[in-house]
Amino acid sequence: MSSTTAAARPPYDKQGDASDAARVAAAMRSFVREFGVTAAVHMEACVRCGMCAEACHFHVATGEARYTPVYKLELFRRAYLREAAAFAPLVRALGLVKAPTIAELERWQELIYDSCTMCGRCTLVCPMGIDIAELVKEARHGMFKAGLIPERLALMDRAARQWNSTATPGEDLPDILAEAAGQHGVAIPCDLPQADMLVTAAPAELGEHTKALAAAAKILNRLGIRWTMHSEGFDASNIGFNNGDMELQERLTRSLVDTAVKIGAHTVLLPECGHAYGAARWEAAKWYGRELPVRVIHMTEFLDEVIADGRLRVNRIGASATFHDPCQIVRRGGLEAAARRVLAALGFELVELQDHGVAGYCCGGGGGVVSNQRAAPLRQKVFEIKRAQVEATGARHFVTSCGQCRITLEQGAQRAKWNVLPESLLELVADHLAD
Amino acid sequence: MDLLDFARGPALQFALAVFVLGSTWRLAGILLLPRMRDLSPPRAGAPGALAGALGTIVGHLWPRREFVRATLFATVNSYVFHVGLALIVFGLVPHILFIEGLTGLSWPGLPSNLVYAVAAITLVSLLAALVRRVVHPVTRLLSHAGDYVSWALTALPVASGLLAASHLGARYETLLALHILSIAAFLVWFPFGKLMHAVLFVFSRGATGMRFSHRGVRA
Repeated sequence: MSSTTAAARPPYDKQGDASDAARVAAAMRSFVREFGVTAAVHMEACVRCGMCAEACHFHVATGEARYTPVYKLELFRRAYLREAAAFAPLVRALGLVKAPTIAELERWQELIYDSCTMCGRCTLVCPMGIDIAELVKEARHGMFKAGLIPERLALMDRAARQWNSTATPGEDLPDILAEAAGQHGVAIPCDLPQADMLVTAAPAELGEHTKALAAAAKILNRLGIRWTMHSEGFDASNIGFNNGDMELQERLTRSLVDTAVKIGAHTVLLPECGHAYGAARWEAAKWYGRELPVRVIHMTEFLDEVIADGRLRVNRIGASATFHDPCQIVRRGGLEAAARRVLAALGFELVELQDHGVAGYCCGGGGGVVSNQRAAPLRQKVFEIKRAQVEATGARHFVTSCGQCRITLEQGAQRAKWNVLPESLLELVADHLAD
Repeated sequence: MDLLDFARGPALQFALAVFVLGSTWRLAGILLLPRMRDLSPPRAGAPGALAGALGTIVGHLWPRREFVRATLFATVNSYVFHVGLALIVFGLVPHILFIEGLTGLSWPGLPSNLVYAVAAITLVSLLAALVRRVVHPVTRLLSHAGDYVSWALTALPVASGLLAASHLGARYETLLALHILSIAAFLVWFPFGKLMHAVLFVFSRGATGMRFSHRGVRA
């Protein structure tokens, strides 16, 4: 039911067999639903100054004008002006703004899926403070409804709709955890009927990054916390958040919260995953429909808390390190200082990247771009920005706190034949627990 | 009724009516849209919504260190013509008298020659902005007809005001009438194009400030 385009044709995919007219109508209906007061004020306030281009890694890495962040909203803007703005009837009556066509929507796919990681760096430079990343996310809702998302993301969407995870069905979780527990020599409780903390994972931790899972288990066991993973809610990386699939985003959100409530947990611990934090910490209540009955906390935040209050003691590594700030955790999540406190506890001499903290460059793989294989060449150009900044620090360790960033950076390093691999902050803590 | 009477009278009244009603309509059309309350618990120690909004409204007056170099020309040039326009509109004695006639408010003016010099600089700055808009691939791609209309209707009152002040090209009364008509055109266009950013920037920055201060981020 889907078709992947050949290299010579514009890079877009289609899902389903809806007519072109139905796709456009579905996209427009969805776009119009998105315009609450904040989205509208952000659509209206742009002065077309183009400064956002200077903040976007895709523009900086390629110099191509079409990667200017606010240009990625062009069709969304037209939908707004025609359907939702204060002068919309006038705009339609006089034909001042054309409605998006199917061909335009198809071409647009590359701009909002392949060349935007929703990292939000553009917001920092915008003189109007426009949250372009959030608008791109809202525009993706319409693209999903139109069946116009990259096929690789659609594939993951289908898996998650069936399994509540892009990695594995829930019934396989006990076996995967048992294998990881055996491999790393650590107990990983699964499906306990009662626990204080529901611990979740990113998909890669159920595959090639099981060491991160074991690291979390080692720390939680050391702390004596009553915790479990659970086959009814275990994958925190909300693919609905990235793809624009609102139904899935709500379902995945509910599966985590409902599972936590079911087992009596007061806390949901998120893995080292950026979009999991965006989806569960800041958006879950919206999809849950009310304030969450549980606390949602990111792994970095958790480590910071238990080290600060003395419950967890770590040995000092005493080497230089630089830190890649994951966008959803730092720029859009607020955990800049927390990560640095954990690094300091580990005795690292921190050598900051030229652009760091809130203004750090994205790894290039956020927002689903890492999973979108056709975006790999573009991602590789972006990787060079990070590589140059890391090399300039001369630091011995390159640390980050997001598994997706790690994968993106590992892939980048591999392709560039660069022998610096990003290390997980969580794994460093687990490897240096004081006796 | 000669041209000057028309400009001072019905044209300006019509323009002011469109300006006020249009701006109110557009602003209400935005601010009355549904408001989604953020139900997530705020970051411990996060400032309140108003403080967060103010932080970003003030913070975005100048680019962050990381972006200063890349945006220096556009930033400085924007300041030059924005400050210039403010000095012209609120500093020239005839303008103050006009505003006093409308609102009853008055304040001391600046020396006329100083304001004319500022106007000349402002015009050069606006021309530089236009050249950049046309020449730079990013701004050229982003620009719509409305952006050029906004530019023209901002530059015209400055240019016509300078001509009127210097009595160049036609009778003073005619030049003054054209100057007032150009202001009328500016006022009529204001609610429809991007000139509204003069009002919207507060809401736009403020909304982002609220969203991110809630998360413990200084955006």
